[in-house]
Amino acid sequence: MSFIATPQSMHFAEALRLQSGASIRDYTLAYETYGELNAARDNAVLVCHALNASHHVAGMYEGQPKSEGWWDNMIGPGKPLDTNRFFVIGINNLGSCFGSTGPMHKHPDTGEVYGADFPVVTVEDWVNAQALLLDRLGVAQLAAVMGGSLGGMQALSWTLQYPERVRHAVVVASAPNLTAENIAFNEVARRAIVTDPDFHGGHFYRHDVIPQRGLRIARMIGHITYLSDDVMNEKFGRQLREGMDLKYSTQDIEFQIESYLRYQGDKFSEYFDANTYLLITRALDYFDPARRHGGNLAQALAVARAKFLLVSFSTDWRFSPQRSREIVQALLENRRDVSYAEIDAPHGHDAFLLDDARYMGVVRSYFDSISKELQGGQP
Amino acid sequence: MSDHATMQAIARLVPEGSRVLDLGCGDGALLDLLQRERGCSGYGIELADANVLACVRRGVNVIQLNLDEGLAMFGDNSFDVVLQIDTLQHLRNAEVMLRETARVGQSGIVAFPNFAHWPNRLSVLRGRMPVTRRLPYQWYDTPNIRVGTYKDFEALAQKNRLRILDAFGLQEGQAVRFLPNALAGTAVFHFERSA
Repeated sequence: MSFIATPQSMHFAEALRLQSGASIRDYTLAYETYGELNAARDNAVLVCHALNASHHVAGMYEGQPKSEGWWDNMIGPGKPLDTNRFFVIGINNLGSCFGSTGPMHKHPDTGEVYGADFPVVTVEDWVNAQALLLDRLGVAQLAAVMGGSLGGMQALSWTLQYPERVRHAVVVASAPNLTAENIAFNEVARRAIVTDPDFHGGHFYRHDVIPQRGLRIARMIGHITYLSDDVMNEKFGRQLREGMDLKYSTQDIEFQIESYLRYQGDKFSEYFDANTYLLITRALDYFDPARRHGGNLAQALAVARAKFLLVSFSTDWRFSPQRSREIVQALLENRRDVSYAEIDAPHGHDAFLLDDARYMGVVRSYFDSISKELQGGQP
Repeated sequence: MSDHATMQAIARLVPEGSRVLDLGCGDGALLDLLQRERGCSGYGIELADANVLACVRRGVNVIQLNLDEGLAMFGDNSFDVVLQIDTLQHLRNAEVMLRETARVGQSGIVAFPNFAHWPNRLSVLRGRMPVTRRLPYQWYDTPNIRVGTYKDFEALAQKNRLRILDAFGLQEGQAVRFLPNALAGTAVFHFERSA
């Protein structure tokens, strides 16, 4: 049993200029907060979400069992990020499908559902929107910004876009940009969605259909890349579905792994929005702070003032330890304070959401030292 | 090696305000001391999970890396001092790491158990590998994959064209400058690259 969380939302009438040059106005951001902002207003921690998560980071909803937030094992009273000491904020990003303004909502000018016309949003745009929400909450400076995967990219981007507003950045299982292979996986997922006859160029809402086939396949391929070969073998191996011999079929579900992937795909296609999937994978593809510096990451990170903790997982091949080390190296070149833990875990990219005593211990200790620093002692 | 007098003896070699890289920094005690008492800054490198955790707990910057993979992450002369305190005896590529230490640091400080310390010699003369407070392991379960002497290191330093700035033995936390190869359990070398 976790604590009770209450979702909130905040409306922004004024236009937010996006990196693409487009802008969005009259938008809403869904968010949750846990713990109390202290009198000095210096104990706020922003937690950024990844592809299929939301502002519901921790706790559960009243009367809804099994509604724990996506990082409930990490965040809460007495957890590694302890809400008894920190004021934790989760914000649903623009373009998402969990409460903030997204492609399923109406364009304020036309009154029509955005659909494919929702503007392309980037990690930098999300960070700008998050900053506006923090302004309204009265949080001038974050004790820390934290995120895993795409959330880690936002945490890193915070230290570059608002260097004076971030004291610490905790970047888990992330990367300074996506590799070609990684973009390739995103592209396969996008093609699956876009070529679904129910997609209707992104305006499927008008036709009252959902491109579920595309979403299922997108999720299946995504899911494969979040696991490791080892963990898949351990979990499923070559197991056939209970008590079955080979059926000599080409289209039936025979192996357990097939059954598992289809289940994951089905579940996902029931709650996730197809346009959101396209938007978020594109934001992943685009993120590349070194781009404006001729590919020189150290130069890109020169403006950062935060202290960093980076964590990666040995079997994560989607956001491999090597990618985290690139960030570490760029920070070293800039003489920033940085610690880096490389956790030997079998679970692939998913490890960042799972319990591992070493991982949890390092994050807990890091936040303990932030807490001591806030109390005036040196960490 | 973590006893206070020994750490102090090593710390005295590190100039105030230095940028320090501590290879095999253990629980971060020495870096912590250097930061608090000598105004130094820098990073520790560690492989063991428990030590990484201990460093984060102390608020010491730590990078989890296997030193056998080298120091490619670090640029030439990027630190004032690179430390290898009780690390050399665990390294597969000890000579490469010595060169790397000299490349990355303006100067390097290496300390390791001196196998030529007289009780060790006595033990070997009796036909048995030594088991002492400084070398507490049986030969079959020791994590030390290298045994070397004070004099051996002098030769290795010369071979790699390192200029010795200072060298002495340490015994019970005290510097031993008379016959260190025989009278000290720990060898300490402070060196830099020859121009």
